[in-house]
Amino acid sequence: MPRLNVTDVEKCVGCMSCMFACSRRFSEGGLSRSAIHVSSIGGVERGYRVIVCRACEDPSCAAACPTGALVRRAGGGVILNPSKCIGCGNCRGACPIGAVMWDDEMNKPIICVHCGFCIGYCPYGVLALRG
Amino acid sequence: MLPSDPLRNVLYIDLSSKKYWVEERRDIFEEYIGGTGVATKLLEEELPRGADPLSPDNVIVFAVGPLNGLFPTASKTVAMFRSPHTGNLGESHAGGRSAIAIRLAGYGAIVIKGASDIPVWVSVHGRRVYFRDARALWGMTSSHTVGRILREAEPGSGLRAIMRIGKAGEKLVSYACVVTETYRHFGRLGLGAVFGSKKLKALVISGKSSLPVADRRAYRELYDKLFKVITESPLMRKYHEIGTPVNVRHLNELGALPSLNLKQCRLDTADKISGEYLAENYLGRRVSCAHCPVACIHLAALREPYEEEPFFFKTSFIGYDYEPIYALGAMLGAREPEGMLRLLDVVEAYGLDAMSTGVVLAWATEAYEKGLISREDLAGVELRWGDYSAYIEAVKNIVEQPTELYKALARGVAHASEKYGGGEFALAFGGNEMAGYHTGPAAYLNYAFGLRHSHLDSAGYSLDQKTIGKTPQPEELVQKLVEEEAWRQVLTSLVVCLFAREVYKPEVVSEALKISGYDLSPSDLAEIGRKIYREKYRLKVELGFDPDRVSFPQRIFETPTPHGRLDPALLESMRKTYAGFIRSMLAN
Repeated sequence: MPRLNVTDVEKCVGCMSCMFACSRRFSEGGLSRSAIHVSSIGGVERGYRVIVCRACEDPSCAAACPTGALVRRAGGGVILNPSKCIGCGNCRGACPIGAVMWDDEMNKPIICVHCGFCIGYCPYGVLALRG
Repeated sequence: MLPSDPLRNVLYIDLSSKKYWVEERRDIFEEYIGGTGVATKLLEEELPRGADPLSPDNVIVFAVGPLNGLFPTASKTVAMFRSPHTGNLGESHAGGRSAIAIRLAGYGAIVIKGASDIPVWVSVHGRRVYFRDARALWGMTSSHTVGRILREAEPGSGLRAIMRIGKAGEKLVSYACVVTETYRHFGRLGLGAVFGSKKLKALVISGKSSLPVADRRAYRELYDKLFKVITESPLMRKYHEIGTPVNVRHLNELGALPSLNLKQCRLDTADKISGEYLAENYLGRRVSCAHCPVACIHLAALREPYEEEPFFFKTSFIGYDYEPIYALGAMLGAREPEGMLRLLDVVEAYGLDAMSTGVVLAWATEAYEKGLISREDLAGVELRWGDYSAYIEAVKNIVEQPTELYKALARGVAHASEKYGGGEFALAFGGNEMAGYHTGPAAYLNYAFGLRHSHLDSAGYSLDQKTIGKTPQPEELVQKLVEEEAWRQVLTSLVVCLFAREVYKPEVVSEALKISGYDLSPSDLAEIGRKIYREKYRLKVELGFDPDRVSFPQRIFETPTPHGRLDPALLESMRKTYAGFIRSMLAN
């Protein structure tokens, strides 16, 4: 299964087009459904961090889920079963790179499905699907 | 607008009582869209007409519009207030993350009233507003440091705007700016001093809500169409590659680059401060405003040794654009880029408007040359064209104001020349220092009559360049400028960046607004633009702007433009036509 990859973070200009794209998968504006996060590393002059799910083969987030709502995906990463999710937030705390985003409106995690939709909106080639 | 769109929410913050509340104002957002239109109405409602701009009675409005958070390059916030610099209407726009943060925090506008008794910063995180003690931040030399501290102290990294003032705002320099995300500014007309007078050191806003759309499929299709045009067509290329400083060489060749306080319209060393030269030798990084893939923000990396410590260096990132290069480079006779870059950095750290500061320094240099001001007035600083150590000292003094002269310079060239003479070469229009285009009559009418006295109000500089050799008659020229400015009221109500004006044509705006639940045809939009223009002009006149008292400094007639030497009689006739138009517009 291909997974989303940050190819060269130094090329990121911080436009957030990838984040908006990720939310737009659900045909909404705004950012509440974005599974990607871009923020500066201490002032925009120093550049950005681009946080995406690494599709771990042995995911910490799934291990921390008390209800079995996060199911391991073939080839790495997890799939969220929202009907089992109680919104406890353990998965978010368990991911050391902070790649489990949170939907405050639904009180559920946002899990990257590695669909690659965001890639088409990064004019600088920061993102790619690999593997 | 759509029933569930949070745009209708206006957040009111009273700094005197440390209270806040939210009101639903669907009415004004439906009638005036957002941004400029809504800010005009909110200021009109809230501002006592006799309010001293630096008293608690002044009001600050920040407004965004329906396209922010939905479409690319809709990245701007409009600020409106009474200007301490001109005394009348103040309006200033900025990008960074400000617009996205306000919109996704769930607001269409934020109104700030009153004044705090102690220095505070205010944080808006979604529905919650916090008043935080800023006493420890007050008096800090650099706005960069304030930014660093607030980044650590506040949540919402990546989703927030941190608007702050520097020491210039605290010291009430009438052209102090508000800095956001370090390199973007509510630059002109002194919003920084209004923040300072309210003891408001910073405003932090974060949010990440979702936004509704009227037609999900049409939204995605239109988004893709616009994104493609913005990233692939040549329309945005100049901002994308060399950036706005591509203008330096171009205007220099045209003979329209104001230099040495407009004693010249060309600078023999212009190449050394051109966008091309800077890109080749200093460009260190390019960054973007939120939701704009263009990345027009160009940062120079300046590597400097510490003289007292061998093998010790610092590398500063310094934002540069055409206007700061014109004002702090060409106007001051820059012969190489490094001094200019250091000055830009100091101006940024103090939080001054770069354009006004450059024109003030240029006026002071010439006034010193002519003996109107003395070395003593200048607190010992020897101002000389191209001497950047002196300019850096002078900027510090404008903020600290050790002498009467610096106190006057802290209020701009119009004020300083009233006290010291030199009005004939004080390059201000309606009290605001000029932008970097000595292109012809349209540029000067634009500076004088534009609602913000900004070159972007009606793009007179562009009209001039299109009409070289065939200068339009007064009626035609005024009509073209007014038409352009009226349409731009629509763009700044959405709020899209004016750099994307070629993308957001009336049909496109109409289509994009449909996604937001507005049913407005291109002709409806044109009508709304004219209405906002009229209402805003009415407010500007109520606040003291008198179209009949507009005048032009002698200097602009002495230095030839691409339209030749400007004829004072022709400009006077154009002025009369413009003033007459405004009078009749407001009478109806």
